[in-house]
Amino acid sequence: MPKDSGIGASSKRREDLRFLTGNGKYTDDVNVAGQSHAVFVRSDLAHGRIESIDVTEAEAAPGVLKVFTAKDFEGVGGVPCGWCVTDKHGEPMQEPKHPVLAEGKVRHVGDPYAVVVAETLDQARNAAELIDADITELPAVVNMKDALKDGATKVHDDLTSNLCYDWGFVEENKGAVDEAIRNAHHVTTLELVNNRLIANPMEPRVAVGEYDPWKDEHTLWTTSQNPHVIRLLMGAFVLGIPEHKLRVIAPDVGGGFGTKIFHYAEEAFCTFAAKALKRPVKWTCTRSEAFMSDAHGRDHVSKIELAMDESGKFLALRTDTYANMGAYLSTFAPSVPTWLHGTLMAGNYITPLIYVNVKAVFTNTVPVDAYRGAGRPEATYQLERVVDKAAREMGIDPVELRRRNFINKDQFPYDTPVAVTYDTGDYHATMDKLLEISDRDGFAARKAESAARGKLRGYGVAHYIEACGIAPSNLVGQLGARAGLYESATVRVNATGSISVMTGSHSHGQGHETSFAQVVADMLGIPEEQIDIIHGDTARTPMGMGTYGSRSIAVGGSAMVRATEKIIAKAKKIASHLMEASESDVEFANGQFTVAGTDKSVAWGDVCLAAYVPHNYPLEDIEPGLEETSFYDPANFTYPSGGYCCEVEVDPDTGKVDVVAFSAADDFGNVINPMIVEGQVHGGVAQGIGQAVLENCVYDENGQLLTGSYMDYAMPRAYDVPMFTVDHSCQTPCTHNPLGVKGCGEAGAIGSPPAIVNAVLDALNDFGIDHIDMPLSPQRVWAAMQDAKSGA
Amino acid sequence: MYAFDFVKAASVEEAVSALASGEAQALGGGQTLIPTLKARLADPGTLISLAHIDSLKFVRAGDGMVEIGGGTTHATVAAETAQTYPGLADLAGRIGDPSVRNRGTIGGSLANNDPSACYPAAALGSGATIVTNSREIAADDFFEGMFATSLEEGEIVTAVKFPIPEKSHYEKMAQPASRFPLVAVFVAKFADGVRVAVTGASNDGVFRWAEAEKALSADFSVAAVQELKHSDDDMIADLHGTAAYRAHLIGVMTRRAVAQMV
Ligand SMILES: Cc1cc2nc3c(=O)[nH]c(=O)nc-3n(C[C@H](O)[C@H](O)[C@H](O)COP(=O)(O)OP(=O)(O)OC[C@H]3O[C@@H](n4cnc5c(N)ncnc54)[C@H](O)[C@@H]3O)c2cc1C
Repeated sequence: MPKDSGIGASSKRREDLRFLTGNGKYTDDVNVAGQSHAVFVRSDLAHGRIESIDVTEAEAAPGVLKVFTAKDFEGVGGVPCGWCVTDKHGEPMQEPKHPVLAEGKVRHVGDPYAVVVAETLDQARNAAELIDADITELPAVVNMKDALKDGATKVHDDLTSNLCYDWGFVEENKGAVDEAIRNAHHVTTLELVNNRLIANPMEPRVAVGEYDPWKDEHTLWTTSQNPHVIRLLMGAFVLGIPEHKLRVIAPDVGGGFGTKIFHYAEEAFCTFAAKALKRPVKWTCTRSEAFMSDAHGRDHVSKIELAMDESGKFLALRTDTYANMGAYLSTFAPSVPTWLHGTLMAGNYITPLIYVNVKAVFTNTVPVDAYRGAGRPEATYQLERVVDKAAREMGIDPVELRRRNFINKDQFPYDTPVAVTYDTGDYHATMDKLLEISDRDGFAARKAESAARGKLRGYGVAHYIEACGIAPSNLVGQLGARAGLYESATVRVNATGSISVMTGSHSHGQGHETSFAQVVADMLGIPEEQIDIIHGDTARTPMGMGTYGSRSIAVGGSAMVRATEKIIAKAKKIASHLMEASESDVEFANGQFTVAGTDKSVAWGDVCLAAYVPHNYPLEDIEPGLEETSFYDPANFTYPSGGYCCEVEVDPDTGKVDVVAFSAADDFGNVINPMIVEGQVHGGVAQGIGQAVLENCVYDENGQLLTGSYMDYAMPRAYDVPMFTVDHSCQTPCTHNPLGVKGCGEAGAIGSPPAIVNAVLDALNDFGIDHIDMPLSPQRVWAAMQDAKSGA
Repeated sequence: MYAFDFVKAASVEEAVSALASGEAQALGGGQTLIPTLKARLADPGTLISLAHIDSLKFVRAGDGMVEIGGGTTHATVAAETAQTYPGLADLAGRIGDPSVRNRGTIGGSLANNDPSACYPAAALGSGATIVTNSREIAADDFFEGMFATSLEEGEIVTAVKFPIPEKSHYEKMAQPASRFPLVAVFVAKFADGVRVAVTGASNDGVFRWAEAEKALSADFSVAAVQELKHSDDDMIADLHGTAAYRAHLIGVMTRRAVAQMV
């Protein structure tokens, strides 16, 4: 029976009323009295030496308050990186300085080297054109393998090379892996590119800085997924502002997809300039600017080798990846190709020996960092592509080959050879469900029907694992994180029984205001409407790490559960006093406290009132008030998994790929709001279709961004995606968090690209094409067919 | 955007004289010009809006012709030529998205002559006549290469006269990002012959494919163009398609258009 409220109910998203009626309050809606406007002047060269920047004319232009350049930031810190990866020799990565405004050199198209602040936006724009910058073009490094060649131009002159790190995982296993691959019955090898993407949230980034000289207090409104992280990084590392003098507010945020996790120079600039000018400073990113200043995603070039015995059992796996860091290290960039990627290379399979090598490379391109899935899509893509290729080479059905190697449900908890322990899962169950909902048995008939219309139909599957709900702080600390990854919640029960929950998680489209309220309502047996979820303001919420890595319900939700448990415990004490009963006899259900075996009861509201009007109250034993805070640090990652199936039709004359059906059978553990979960899968799969078929961020050999607008960067439209068939009935609850939840935010983007590519290659089976790199654009698919026909 | 003055012309005459006085540019639906202004790629000084000139907004059919006012939106053309010239209505109805179709105008599209625009294919493929405030220009003489036309400075497209073919079809392969044509072909069959106009493909903008016209005029069938290949000389080559791919698509789109018509 579907529930109509609380955990498991598809409660309607309460936030949608304001979003869909245009009443959301986004950062660009923040206008502070006396505010001025900032325009960033960005490099149009990929690499250049700054000889001089003459701002005289610009500063004299109407309305201009000041033009800032690097020299105004002497003594100010650089934009920090939040994760230090140790290389295979035990040395820390090479970490370049990332100045707020370019110093000495510009290192990518879009690198800001000056900012004009003026009374109006138009005045700032006009003045920006009057800046006379003498920048000598230098050769650009764009291709990662070229960047590592001896004598290559260096992006950072003070580093020894363009290599950020050379990471081996698990380095001690390398010899055994090499040996197993040498001696195996069969080795399948695949070289592939995980295409560079631009997140393109609907809302571009915005920052508004304000300074109150009388209180010496700074406020920054920003489009962030994690205001506390921004406060910490910017306050401690860039501007030297203690937390109690710095408030960061991330109000309604129109999508993030990872790209709004990071601390950006523009945020530091607006905060800094507001004090320098004693005027609020606002910056709103244009869409064109977003293309060249938001951190990009993916951009891996990999080789993967899978060794098998005669029966197709996996013996060893070796991967060799080049990961683009761009010109500077964005906040979490180093962790993405390493700890969020290497640790997932076991997938759903028993592979006793695994070795992952990753070379992270600086290039003259926009910094690359986490994008929906972050590292896990790259791992899943390699693995699920090589498994499909192996199936073909071994003459084994791809579903069967996966099943032969699945970790069985009685093998959990399962220690992988890549450092993580999966707590629960049942991969055969999700695969069974997938075959059922995707109607594999009916595929032959559908293929024949497509063929009658001149179309080549293909069926492709992929099975994924992801580690999310990141993560135990002590573990990530060992792995190089420079922050903890707990989450916090304060449950404030108001005097008349309504509740404000202050969470360190941040909602930017995920619907937390609805689903978090469902959890508390369910625990207390009171209506959801009585609960408000407050997030996104460091002055209102306890220190929390924010939303990314599908962590909000698993970590933030758990903190909220713990705080609510404390509330219930205290409320029971108050109730026992009111009912003159022993605390151990007090029961709590459906918002009523009762004394077991009697008809005595007291309602939730009466207990709340007693806590704040403590006339009849055990003041000698407990404090008045009803407010509790918890910080929750998980014991492990969570491990959602699932099977995805895609059906495509390929037009043999044009190479155009149409995704005609898509099915997802996910195991997210327990589900709080099925409708929201389905929406998350829909969105993730749509982005996966984007990556697999359409999206591609392309630089030319001079480092010019060729896909700098929607004229050339192909976003998926509604008609590019089919109706999705999604199922989350396979549930193996997480064993180490109180809700048994695993997280669902990234799964769709992780599992879908390989399913889509596998389907296209299945459709092209008669051509004998091994691989086509994403995006499978008409031009690429057509060219692959042409090459196959001509035997090239 | 740079600051500009804005004139709402009430008549073609007023617009023409406003355009004649110094730095000024006509504004149709703004679907090309406004993005250009936003990117500060143009600084016209004064914009002369044509959007309020009623005499530029009409669709009239008769005598084997459809005549469309230069200020008529794509959406209006799609709706009002559906009966009289369905091939044209279908083309107009697939330009951009609803907001583009409800603002963008046929005059603006033809004057702009984007090498990937749709209307130029219909105009050239139909053998249309472009009417301006001062003269009439045959489509064959109007398009002069990428973003170039025979319009003089300040000349306004007031109407386009389309001879109605017996049959026509527009076959479009969309560029994955912009969804403008990567290559599109307009085939029109008239009593006295067939015209085939290609857009999206050539560095010289819209053009007629003479071999296909000849083959189809002799034998209007898919078979007649089955083996025909367009050369890849001077084809546009970019991220979304090589010259060879575009040349190939010209053949595919032509055959598909014909297949819809036989
Ligand atoms: C998202 C998007 C998608 C699009 N997709 C397509 C597509 O698939 N196919 C396609 O063909 N087009 C497409 N377009 C372009 C669209 O059709 C434009 O409307 C059209 O190209 C220009 O018409 P306009 O009326 O908007 O002209 P404007 O943008 O106002 O003007 C364009 C140029 O024409 C001049 N001009 C305007 N009207 C006249 C006139 N009557 N006489 C002389 N000069 C004039 C202007 O001075 C300017 O130089 C798209 C546009 C957008 C924004």
